[in-house]
Amino acid sequence: MSDFRTPLRRVRGLGAAGGTEHFWQQRLTALANAVLITCFVILLLTLMNESYEGVRAAFANPFVGILMALMVVSATIHMKLGMQVIIEDYIHGAAKLPLLILNTFFAIAVAAACLFAIVKMSFGV
Amino acid sequence: MSDVKSARPLSPHLSIYRFSPTMAMSIVHRITGGALYVGTLLLVWWLVAAASGPDAFSTASAVFGSFIGQLVLFGYTWALVHHMLGGLRHFAWDMGHADSKETSTKLAVATLVGSVTITVVLWLGILIFG
Repeated sequence: MSDFRTPLRRVRGLGAAGGTEHFWQQRLTALANAVLITCFVILLLTLMNESYEGVRAAFANPFVGILMALMVVSATIHMKLGMQVIIEDYIHGAAKLPLLILNTFFAIAVAAACLFAIVKMSFGV
Repeated sequence: MSDVKSARPLSPHLSIYRFSPTMAMSIVHRITGGALYVGTLLLVWWLVAAASGPDAFSTASAVFGSFIGQLVLFGYTWALVHHMLGGLRHFAWDMGHADSKETSTKLAVATLVGSVTITVVLWLGILIFG
């Protein structure tokens, strides 16, 4: 079958257009991660020898809850974008699209589970 | 058109390059990113366990506190620190700094030395004060 469309017509809108946005989101979340994950590591160090009650008391603090929720959102967006690039680089066959879908679902599932736990602990239930 | 497509070179073109520190750190940046991706399940486990109650939390604490658990967390710490330093290196490049051949090579080595140093210092602190 001959295709009368020009090569340019066929590739227009197939990815290159979103590259800048992808790059920007990756760097924006990287910057946020550098700050928020550093906060998280400091939190972990302070909670290292804490009891269950001590950990729950820390998560009842609004600042801890908000910082942790922001970290989860930023980190899961960042990891979704990163794994998307890895898949796009190495997987070229029929598995590519299912893997890209799974990647998005995994990142959202991780975010949902973490956010649920953080919100639950923030409201002390 | 299809044979043109199949003959296109696809990344990664690992086999055609001579080894260099920047190349190694680029690969390690990807691998640590992938490890951190999977390792978020540890974060999910810890948070959900803490939110679920004392029993689930003590189970998670016991696993994270075991020898294997500590080993995994040590590795995860290194992956995190290395990926973070690698990211800061990318920020420098994005802003047009440190991208000469010599400087980027030094920076690549510094990323590895820095990540190992920070990880070891962090864990020595944990072992001594923890």
